Amino acid sequence: MPMLLDPRPSRRTFLTAGTVALTALFVPRGAVALTPALATGLVEQVATEITRIINSGRSESAMISDFDTMMGRYADMPTIAQSVLGPAARSASPGQISAFGDAFRGYMARKYGRRFREFIGGTVNVGGAQDQGRFVEVISTVNLRGTAPFEVRFRVWDRSGSALFIDMLIEGVSLVISERAEIGAILDRNGGSVDATIQTLRGMG
Amino acid sequence: MPSALFNRLAAGLTGLALCVGLAACGPAALPPGDSIVDADEAQNRAVHRFNLALDQSLVGPASRGYGSTVPDPVRQGVDNVASNLAQPSYVLNNILQFRLGQATHNTLRFVVNSTIGLGGILDPATAIGLDARETDFGETLHIYGAPEGDFVMLPVFGPSTTRDTVGLVVDIATNPVRHLLPAPESRYVTVAEVLDRFGDRYELDGTFESILYESADSYAQLRSLYLQNRRFELGGPVLSFDPGAAAGNNIGDPYSDPYSDPYINAYAP
Repeated sequence: MPMLLDPRPSRRTFLTAGTVALTALFVPRGAVALTPALATGLVEQVATEITRIINSGRSESAMISDFDTMMGRYADMPTIAQSVLGPAARSASPGQISAFGDAFRGYMARKYGRRFREFIGGTVNVGGAQDQGRFVEVISTVNLRGTAPFEVRFRVWDRSGSALFIDMLIEGVSLVISERAEIGAILDRNGGSVDATIQTLRGMG
Repeated sequence: MPSALFNRLAAGLTGLALCVGLAACGPAALPPGDSIVDADEAQNRAVHRFNLALDQSLVGPASRGYGSTVPDPVRQGVDNVASNLAQPSYVLNNILQFRLGQATHNTLRFVVNSTIGLGGILDPATAIGLDARETDFGETLHIYGAPEGDFVMLPVFGPSTTRDTVGLVVDIATNPVRHLLPAPESRYVTVAEVLDRFGDRYELDGTFESILYESADSYAQLRSLYLQNRRFELGGPVLSFDPGAAAGNNIGDPYSDPYSDPYINAYAP
């Protein structure tokens, strides 16, 4: 086989692999280790941006689009997509997971973006953060007009290489676990088909 | 009440009697957030359909009528009265839970709001740090070591568990205010509670509509939200603030971490 006799491709492959390995060795992914302080900063940054979107006075569809973009930037969508899909994620192709992630992000943006006016004037006070091993949990108190303050916890990890959100828990209710129940119901209704579920999600929220 | 549910309640009560008799058991282990035991799902779903019909035909419209005709300050006053009338029941449960600090807190709140708060219409207690610290007999049972049991959908009252259904019955039967107030006034408790619920239904209309009428499976959503939130109420500070518990003090106990890792790592090799 001439390929084996030609040293160039394998040499190039070797060099490329070597460079990647060295990069991984000397420049750790994420460059800065995920600490409670870093996660807290991220939550504060996101809270500020969301407050700006909510109080922007822009149209509902513009706010939903802003929210969608923000989720793409700060949320670990591959992890969230697989976690809400549950066991169905194991047999799904990377393309399906990616398409599902996009559809799910749009659905979340519409579902919560339509209710942004309920959050006008709300404040997020970060109380503390804890390294929980697999992720850092940031604990905050949210004050909305007309309701008693409630607790919101943000879970952040850096498996992707940068610190991103994987879940949010409102008074103990996890968004990932709740949405897994919802996505499970849509999957059942579609006979377990991930493609059909993506189609349904695009029309929901 | 279906006999299956009745049997399970009876079994729960027997277990509790044994537990109290042994007097050596701490709080029951709380299942992780996404664990669901729903043996009577078909029956529960039928009750849920009834509750949805009730909400569509009666509770929803009545709440919107109440919310749109009664001004906000009056509704707030009704909420305050309902909250104040619930305080003696909280105190009773706090004592049964051996949480004497909470019992004192709730007693002070009741005294302040009943006097300076004009019989509970106003809520000056919250302003001085005596916020509402709700509890119920379901929590008392949990502290005694009674396990959660199955998920139960109750008519009118909504989502519950075997343990919390027993708690609800006991709370209604033992509410000190009902026993201490004379006949016509004691009925105000029920009126205030019902109006309070209507007020909540109105205030949180967006949330109710989203869960009950816009989700793919409103029963499954309600069940998941209820169980997660209830477990958080019962164990939150102890279980999820304590990294030691999650870090392996209870190795081998599947219930040691209330939020057993639900996250699928997208970057695993």
